[in-house]
Amino acid sequence: MDIEELKKKIMEWAEKSTKPKFYFKDIGKAAPELGPREIKKAVTALVQEQKLEYWSSGSTTMYGVKGKGITEEAQMGTHEE
Amino acid sequence: MAKFKTPFLDELEKGPWPSFVTDIKRQAKTKPELEDLLGQVELSYKDKETHWKHGGIVGVFGYGGGVIGRYSDMPKEFPGVAHFHTVRVNQTGGFYYSTEYLGKIMDMWERRGSGLTNMHGSTGDMVLLGTTTDQLEEIFWELTHDMQTDLGGSGGNLRTPSCCLGMSRCEYSCIDAQAICQEMTMHYQDELHRPAFPYKFKIKVSGCANDCVAAIARSDCAIIGTWKDNIRIDKSAVAAYVNGELKSNAGAHAGRDWGKFDIVKEVVNLCPTGCMSYDGKELTIDDKECTRCMHCINTMPRALRPGVDKGATLLCGAKAPILEGQRLATVIVPFVKTEGTFEEIKEVINKLLDWWMEHGKNRERIGELIGRMGMREMLKATGLPPVPQMVKEPRSNPYIFWEESEVPGGWTRDLAAFRKKHPL
Ligand code: SF4
Ligand code: SF4
Repeated sequence: MDIEELKKKIMEWAEKSTKPKFYFKDIGKAAPELGPREIKKAVTALVQEQKLEYWSSGSTTMYGVKGKGITEEAQMGTHEE
Repeated sequence: MAKFKTPFLDELEKGPWPSFVTDIKRQAKTKPELEDLLGQVELSYKDKETHWKHGGIVGVFGYGGGVIGRYSDMPKEFPGVAHFHTVRVNQTGGFYYSTEYLGKIMDMWERRGSGLTNMHGSTGDMVLLGTTTDQLEEIFWELTHDMQTDLGGSGGNLRTPSCCLGMSRCEYSCIDAQAICQEMTMHYQDELHRPAFPYKFKIKVSGCANDCVAAIARSDCAIIGTWKDNIRIDKSAVAAYVNGELKSNAGAHAGRDWGKFDIVKEVVNLCPTGCMSYDGKELTIDDKECTRCMHCINTMPRALRPGVDKGATLLCGAKAPILEGQRLATVIVPFVKTEGTFEEIKEVINKLLDWWMEHGKNRERIGELIGRMGMREMLKATGLPPVPQMVKEPRSNPYIFWEESEVPGGWTRDLAAFRKKHPL
């Protein structure tokens, strides 16, 4: 699968996800036939393009669609949860 | 005058040891926002719960680690720490710093952060505690451009590899621990900065089995220096220890009178494999039984030295207790030569990572995956051969089985012929 196609598939999967943030492993469900290395390439490109973003607790990392779910404003307390 | 009364924190200033509370109070004189830090931490002691929110979205562009978002859950009460992010900075190999370099780090951190640090975090990084989101890119720029320093790892990725000071100062070192650490850090840049692992993965390098970076207890992949041939014995130095001319342990325990040095009691009888003997004149070692534990060498460093055929043992699977209990690492490769760019080590690490990325559950360390799926599966996936060093003692961890294909004739037997030989 070409990387653009994979990026599209990942974004479709991510937009549809009901969870605000998801583990890297779950993104694999967007293209179960591919290995984690290929998924990583596409995900890294999507982060560079600012379509996905990282969320980290310090010990684990999750990914999210930029601006969806927990946003930095919400974290700052300017948007009360 | 302090902004908040802090009776709980004040308790932590009592006693003879240094106190982080005293440090923060002192720093608050020049950084008034730290009054809010004291106020919030005090409240946490009172409420018996943290007032930091869990994690966050901050980072520098393109990096998924190195910055950990910390937000107060009471930003109105404690505006000074409404955001108080942590920056992890890749430490130097063996923790060698010049005063000039540390001065630069601290100048930058006083300007752009709270000035509070934690030297070093348990992964190894310099941990700079407390800054605001708008400072992050500026900090990253200064570190990388003015100090040629990168951020460290955090989250589900490779954590900053760390090592002991190795050959640079320590005569015990069997490998160039710093060179290995540097090479792993550079080679695995993508894994370090762009998280795609199920959880954290740590590489630690110790020059010998004294394991000063606690690789065997704290890293998913431990690289520990060892040797293959015989311990080098200087007979005249052995005699000098026995008659008291040389101080045992290089005089390290000389603060108390332990009585006359007793080579049998302190060395021979403490050898974990019982492979040493002393007949009153000569010390002998049955090297094929020696596990290279370093005890005898530590006790008589002038008389005993590691052999000359040096390399590393690779171990896998340690972790601190979080969801499950503490795990120590298991030997997976007893001896590997450490030459050039350490390709043999990278090959093993790559195989481990591929297996773990495919089968590891979210938040499952590789040691736990080995525990769940079995050592045998790990060996099959990585192609590493089972070796006696993986077995603690016969029958204690019998995870090595024959495959049907490895047994002539497979599992099918001529039962009639068998019964003829072994009648019921
Ligand atoms: S681990 Fe061994 S080589 Fe490294 S500093 Fe400690 S004693 Fe020296
Ligand atoms: S290194 Fe350890 S196992 Fe080997 S001879 Fe010395 S004390 Fe015994």
